[in-house]
Formats: sequence, C-alpha cells, structure tokens
Amino acid sequence: MFTPEGAVVLGKLLDGFVLNLQIFVITLIGSLPLGLIIMFGSRSRLGLRVFGRKFRPIRLLTRGFVWVIRGTPLMLQLIFVFYGPGLMGLPPIKSRVTATLVTFVINYAAYFSEIFRGGIDSIPQGQYEAGQVLGMTKRQVFFKVVLLQVVKRVTPSVGNEIITLVKDTSLSRIISVTEILFVADNYTRQGLLWPLFTTAVFFLVFNGLVTLALGRIERKMDYFRA
Amino acid sequence: MAILEVTGLSKHFGELEVIRDISFSLEKGESLAIIGSSGSGKTTLLRCLTALETPDTGVIRVSGDTVFDAAQPRPKGAQARANQLRFGLVFQSFNLFPQYTALKNVTLAAELLAKERADYKANKKRILSEIAEKGRAALESVGLSAKADNYPHQLSGGQQQRVAIARALMLEPDILCFDEPTSALDPELTGEVLNVIRSLADRDTTMLIVTHEMQFARQVADNVLFMDGGVIVEYGKAEDVIGNPREERTRRFLERYSNERYSSNG
Ligand SMILES: Nc1ncnc2c1ncn2[C@@H]1O[C@H](COP(=O)(O)OP(=O)(O)O)[C@@H](O)[C@H]1O
Ligand SMILES: [Mg+2]
Repeated sequence: MFTPEGAVVLGKLLDGFVLNLQIFVITLIGSLPLGLIIMFGSRSRLGLRVFGRKFRPIRLLTRGFVWVIRGTPLMLQLIFVFYGPGLMGLPPIKSRVTATLVTFVINYAAYFSEIFRGGIDSIPQGQYEAGQVLGMTKRQVFFKVVLLQVVKRVTPSVGNEIITLVKDTSLSRIISVTEILFVADNYTRQGLLWPLFTTAVFFLVFNGLVTLALGRIERKMDYFRA
Repeated sequence: MAILEVTGLSKHFGELEVIRDISFSLEKGESLAIIGSSGSGKTTLLRCLTALETPDTGVIRVSGDTVFDAAQPRPKGAQARANQLRFGLVFQSFNLFPQYTALKNVTLAAELLAKERADYKANKKRILSEIAEKGRAALESVGLSAKADNYPHQLSGGQQQRVAIARALMLEPDILCFDEPTSALDPELTGEVLNVIRSLADRDTTMLIVTHEMQFARQVADNVLFMDGGVIVEYGKAEDVIGNPREERTRRFLERYSNERYSSNG
C-alpha cells in the first residue's frame, strides 16, 4: 500500500469514490423534490365516479408506478435504463453515469414519496381543522402548520434511505460505471485484498459524516414535539 | 336582531341522519350551552356552523348576513374566509400547533391575514408589532402572560386549552364555539379553563358551549339547548332546563348524568 504502485491504486480508488459522491449528491438533490411531487400525485383526490365507485386516475397511475419501482431490483432498473432504449430501437443513452443518475433519481423519489406520504397521513386532522377555522388557506396550512411537523416525523426514515443510497451508488458497477467498488473488485481479482478494505473505510467514514449531519438536523427540531 | 340564526339545519353521514332540522337563534352577548348524551350530534352541529362540515339543508345567518345556505352555491375564496372568521372554535383536543410558541400560536393566523393588507409592505414592522401586542393581551386575558414563549408540550393540558382560547379570541369572532373544552383534561385542570370561559361570559362574549359540566352550564350560560338523537328536545333558560326540565327525555338525561357523576365521585 505504501509503495509507488500502492499510491496509484489509491488514486484510482479515490477517482472511483468521487463518482460515488457525485451520484450520491445529484440523486439526493433530484429525488427529494421529485419525491414530493410523486407524493402529491399519490394523494391526488382528482377523479370521477364510475358506477358508484370513485376513480382517481392520477392517484392510480402514481401508486402503480411506485409499486413497480419499489417492487423490482434497482440493479434491474439500471440495466433496463442503460440497455433498454437501444434494444427497443430508441436513441440509446450514451453516458453510463447519466443512466445511473436517471435510474437513481426515479428509484429514490419513489421511496421518498412513500415516506412523505406516511408522514403527511400521520398528521392529525385537527391540525388542518384548526388552521381552517383560523381562516388560513389550504396552502398556508400546508406550509405554515403541517410541513415542519412532517419533516420532523420523516427525518429518521429519510436518513435511513440516505445511508442506503450512499452504499447503493456502488450498484452502478453493473453497467460498468467505474465507481470505487468496480475499481476495488478489479484489484481483488488480481489477488490484492487491501483495496477492498480501503473501499470499506471510505464508505464507513463517509456514512459516519452523513450520520453526524443527520443527527444535527434531528437535534435542530428537538425544540418541539410532533 | 339575533346575531346568529340557524334554520332547518340537517346533516347525514351515509345512512345516519346525525342532526335533523335544527333551528335556534342567539342574541349578541348571549352564551348558550348545548348539552346531550354522546352521539346526539352536538359536535356535528358545531362543525356545521364552523364550516368543517357542509350541512345538507338549512340556512345560517350571522347579524342578518347569510353565511351558509344549502340551496345556494357555496361561496369561495375571500367570501368563504370572511364567513369562516365569523365563528371561532375551541376544540376538545386543543389542536395547538406544536412547532410554535404559545404567543406564535395566537398570532400566526393574524399575521397571515395581515399579509393581504394593501399597506402590509410599507408598514410591516408596525403591523407585526401591533399583532404581537394584541397576542400578548389575548394571552394575558387567559392568565398566561408568563407562558408566551413556551411550546405546547411544555404546558399542561389546561394551559394548552387556555392558549387555544386566546388563539380563537385573537381574531375577534362574532360567535365563539367550544366543543367540550374540558373533556380531555384531568379533573383538577378543568377549573382553570371553566374560569376563563366564565370571565368571557362576564364580558358578554357571544358563545356556544357544548359541555357536560351541568353546574357550570347552569351558572354561566344564559340559555341551554338539550339535544337527543340529532334533534333539539328542549330549549330554555339555563335555570329552567337544568333545574326544572319540561321534557321527560331531558329529565332522564340529567338524572342519568347526575347518577354517573355521583358514582364516579363516590
Ligand atoms: N365524519 C363522520 N362520519 C360518520 N359518522 C359520523 C361522523 N361524525 C359523526 N358521526 C356520527 O354522528 C353521530 C353524532 O356524532 P357527534 O356529532 O360527534 O355527537 P356528540 O358530539 O353529541 O357526541 C355519532 O353517531 C357519530 O358516530
Ligand atoms: Mg362531541
């Protein structure tokens, strides 16, 4: 490890990990807002009565979509997004990283939307009613009364997903993204074990930092109970 | 002219007709207690008045203005809001906003309303400080000046309910409704809340109070309305309805009630 060759390996691992971090950050930035939008879709009341039964197309479509995304392996989705378009005669996605980002953003948004939905559904009806009786608009009730309570309630679950995401970035090696585990795996096949351990340390340290950050956010909301 | 006139109000859930053809009126400064066993439709009546439910039939007038008419399309937007603010509601379960201090709970709605004023941008600072001032006065009127900066979870149930009362008073509703304001409280905490309501009655606040506290109703309310099975069975002076009921059903209710009281105290 502390030889010139060792330094080269370490550099390659680092290059790989930068990719992991990029996938992590962009997925997070993309999937949290998208998750919010999907959540609104899955709670949509827009609909019509068909033979006495309420039919809500937006809700049905989003929940079906979320079911598919959560019910199939992320790795399968990665392979499908990268190879699928080309095989179906559509313009192929050229960049492996882009395919990864698209897949991850959609996949994590689906998970986040379910967490958000659970959080919103857990807010007592009385909070909405109190707001309404005080003359607040629906929008004001959502943003001024409900939202922060939801954020507090979902932070632990969202935190778990975020830590899973850090590790999931390595799944992208299935479409040959040269992220850190892809690199380490190559060295392991050549009979070198320490890059694998070093990779573990990278993940552990980064997830340690993420855990600390999440703890800080949770403590920031300690001042109230919800 | 009566401040509140309710005519022919009905509401059903599924097959169940929860309130049926309810009509009564309320004078300015009057406090009316609504009594009746659980399930008789008291909460539903208050919820219909405060627009949390939409009645199936009936008309609600406040100071002569029609705020609800089942035969007319429902007003939307600003008009709906103005109608909403004619009524205040204090919930059985307080429903304070947990992330805000007692003072902010009281002032939040007023601050949001003020944003719609044409002069808000120009006079923001002054307007907000006036609202805070008024909020503090509201808290003082329920005896909670010292708790302005506390969060709901730091307050006892009785204190939380008093904050909720201050919150409702802040918007100066024409009619303040209470839905069993002490039912969620430990017995030793009901007194402080009842005293606040009593002091409001002394200042001629117009109130509709759903309550199981018969002694309180008798002392504080001007009139009492007894509901059973979704209809008004008896209405009259508090003294008469509770002290000397005309209707057999009222008598049975009051008897059962005082027996329960007796056995639970004994
Ligand atoms: N949202 C609702 N859906 C169905 N039934 C309801 C609903 N709200 C109240 N009810 C029913 O209406 C009846 C009267 O309820 P309520 O107005 O709460 O009575 P009270 O406040 O006098 O106890 C009860 O039988 C109750 O179960
Ligand atoms: Mg009730």
